[in-house]
Amino acid sequence: MQVNENKEFQPLIVAFCCNWCSYAGADLSGTNRLNYPTNVKIIRVPCSCRVNPMFILRAFQRGADGVILCGCHPGDCHYTSGNYFTRRRMTLLFSMLDFLGIERDRTRVEWVSAAEGAKFAATMNEFTEAVRKLGPNRRLEDLRCRKQ
Amino acid sequence: MQRIGVFVCHCGTNIAATVDVKAVAEALGHEPGVVISQDYQYMCSESGQNLVKDAIKEHDLGGVVICSCSPRMHENTFRKAAASAGLNPYLVEIANIREQCSWIHKDIATATEKAIILGKAAIAKVHLNTPLTSMESPVVKRALVIGGGIAGIQTALDIAEAGFDVDIVEKQPTIGGKMAQIDKTFPTLDCAACILTPKMVEASQNEHITIHSFSEVEDVKGFVGNFTVKIRKKARYVDETKCTGCGLCTEKCPMKKVPNEFNMGLDNRSAVYIPFAQAVPKVATIDPNYCMMLKNGKCGVCSKVCSVGAIDYKQQDRIIEEKYGAIVVATGFNPIKLDKYDEFAYNQCPDVVTSLELERLMNAAGPNGGTLLRPSDKTHPHTIVFVQCVGSRCDDSKGKPYCSKICCMYTAKHAMLIREKYPDTEVYVFYIDVRTPGKNFDEFYRRAVEQYNVHYIKGMVGKVTPKSDGKIGVQASDLLSNEQLHIDADMVVLAVAIEPDKTARPLATMLTTQMDTNDFFTEAHPKLRPVESATAGIFLSGACQGPKDIPETVAQGSAAAAKAIGLLCKNSITCNPCTAHSNELMCNGCSSCEKVCPYGAITYIDKEFRMPDRTTAIRRVASVNPAVCQGCGACTVACPSGAMDLSGFSNSQIMAEVDAICK
Ligand SMILES: Cc1cc2nc3c(=O)[nH]c(=O)nc-3n(C[C@H](O)[C@H](O)[C@H](O)COP(=O)(O)OP(=O)(O)OC[C@H]3O[C@@H](n4cnc5c(N)ncnc54)[C@H](O)[C@@H]3O)c2cc1C
Ligand code: FES
Repeated sequence: MQVNENKEFQPLIVAFCCNWCSYAGADLSGTNRLNYPTNVKIIRVPCSCRVNPMFILRAFQRGADGVILCGCHPGDCHYTSGNYFTRRRMTLLFSMLDFLGIERDRTRVEWVSAAEGAKFAATMNEFTEAVRKLGPNRRLEDLRCRKQ
Repeated sequence: MQRIGVFVCHCGTNIAATVDVKAVAEALGHEPGVVISQDYQYMCSESGQNLVKDAIKEHDLGGVVICSCSPRMHENTFRKAAASAGLNPYLVEIANIREQCSWIHKDIATATEKAIILGKAAIAKVHLNTPLTSMESPVVKRALVIGGGIAGIQTALDIAEAGFDVDIVEKQPTIGGKMAQIDKTFPTLDCAACILTPKMVEASQNEHITIHSFSEVEDVKGFVGNFTVKIRKKARYVDETKCTGCGLCTEKCPMKKVPNEFNMGLDNRSAVYIPFAQAVPKVATIDPNYCMMLKNGKCGVCSKVCSVGAIDYKQQDRIIEEKYGAIVVATGFNPIKLDKYDEFAYNQCPDVVTSLELERLMNAAGPNGGTLLRPSDKTHPHTIVFVQCVGSRCDDSKGKPYCSKICCMYTAKHAMLIREKYPDTEVYVFYIDVRTPGKNFDEFYRRAVEQYNVHYIKGMVGKVTPKSDGKIGVQASDLLSNEQLHIDADMVVLAVAIEPDKTARPLATMLTTQMDTNDFFTEAHPKLRPVESATAGIFLSGACQGPKDIPETVAQGSAAAAKAIGLLCKNSITCNPCTAHSNELMCNGCSSCEKVCPYGAITYIDKEFRMPDRTTAIRRVASVNPAVCQGCGACTVACPSGAMDLSGFSNSQIMAEVDAICK
């Protein structure tokens, strides 16, 4: 989280991308020079199903304002079924987070194929805007972790 | 704390134009553990790599971070460079500051800031990297081909030609598949048996090929290079090693009223049978559903007439276990069932037949010795109506959404053959579109229209009604002239859609390969890897992957063989070392991980533990086979006790990246 004076709020977005589709999709949006905000920082994971809910909680605890998880389209997971696990796990996690006060718009799962560079960029633009509208996440943030 | 080197690449101006690389190198130089931080024009170049190698040696680095293009580009390059300088290649991490930073951002200040954060995340991760070594797993030099149609035969012959042993598992008593039932083949009209049966014989005589006919795959374990397969050799009540295929038993068998499946049920066979004269292996099989000896212990004629004593009523299914390095799936196709198509009166009227039945009716070895006669009254048909796309290209739930691809061509073939042999017969073909791409295919179809005067009518057949005078009323619309047509036909032939074999889905589950919604096997890449499945070591051949004619099937069969040979040529394969492993002290043996593993890589072992009170206890714990594990990480999240972790992407590593980004 970062609020510059007279400037709009700059949310911190953590994006987990599976190596086979979404990370490649993110690379493609770079290759095609499609812009999305610097707020998004990508972490590469082998498959979307590698993302432990702990990682997402940790991100919010450490001050992330939004977390997005990208994987291959259903049926296309490099490991056959990983993204189905992701879909179910994240449905549960996000509804629990919503209950805790982490708004739905701060969390998202998106399927991005290696060919969808444009979709990746568009998704990141949209998501950043949505989180920007919500303002800083203070719910789960651990104040002891906050930047001085 | 590791001694870490950071290397920031300019990539010419690709990175340097939007990221202040010097500032990045400077900032990362202050990170804990970093002993050297440098920038360079082209890090991936020879001299750039040397820079990294020299630094590893000079500064005794225990970890390397390269801030450059995507790891998908050059991760391997830098891993190799590190390895050649004596550093474990898995102690290298890449921060992607080109595709995911400089190329997408315009503002130098914020892009530089982001690049520094990405660098920090990579440094945080590399601190926790551990040296990993790739395992070598040996390759069993033997292949399995499942399905003995033309696809499977071609694949097996090609693999054998390269000098490797190959087994064919065929569920029917003979190999040959659909092609053995076909009469003549488009577009050349040469007889199918004349080109197929020599290949069948070649397969049976090849010293490298073993044919397990009347057998099915029961279980598949293992992984690329090292599959263990259980094959059920179904009881045929005849000793294969003794039977000479003389056929005396089939002649003498008193039970002669068994529908002959090879002739599509158009005539009968005996309870002990050889599917057709050129069957391979030419061995009799007893059908236990009809054999009176097996049903109620009365008969035994075949055993009495058999001069070599091959009949064995006590024979049981046998399970054999074999090891293979590669598996080729060639399970082919079947025409769909027509239960849902009452409008074509297929089940009411024997003179409404499918195209495959027509193949048998026209075949010299078929039920009528090659004379085309109506199944109902054995008279010669004078008007024949062909209906195309029955069940193909349907948008309703009755049929299949896809084009079955071969029907246009074989219908043209049928029409032409009939007009050639019986010029007094009128032939109508109702079509939606005629699709004839393929070498000499359109010429072939045009010949049917122009030279043989087959009446092609664009339109749909609405209803087929058997009449009391033996004729069949066909109601159809002619879309081009917008007229309703009524034709009194003697026979109606339905070009029915084809679908994968029913056993394909359970087989796919055993093989952990993927299928599309129509149960065709899915190739690893629709364009670039058309004969490999996504599962390593499993290849696809023939119509099991999608509708195909014989030339395409053979081409794919050979291609699958080439891929399998490529694998069998290797003595061992290198496995990805980024695999899961369980902390046995934390594991409570709950099976959660085993259930989510798509590869069956996790098994349970009983392990002895020393307890604090100096006793020993035996506990069930998860154990991952690193050669099978592909490293997706599904199990790491499923594990309720946090015992499962993934090398290369461990919980602590990803957590450290999250922390570094959120700092
Ligand atoms: C009516 C008709 C006419 C045709 N005419 C022509 C033509 O003129 N020219 C042309 O080029 N093509 C023609 N074709 C297409 C041709 O038949 C196919 O291209 C070809 O047979 C495909 O071969 P295959 O080996 O892939 O499949 P199949 O011939 O179906 O062989 C598959 C084999 O695998 C076996 N099998 C299935 N499942 C298992 C299992 N689980 N375990 C063990 N074994 C199994 C089956 O018993 C079968 O023997 C025609 C098709 C039809 C229906
Ligand atoms: S590999 Fe992309 S979601 Fe599994």
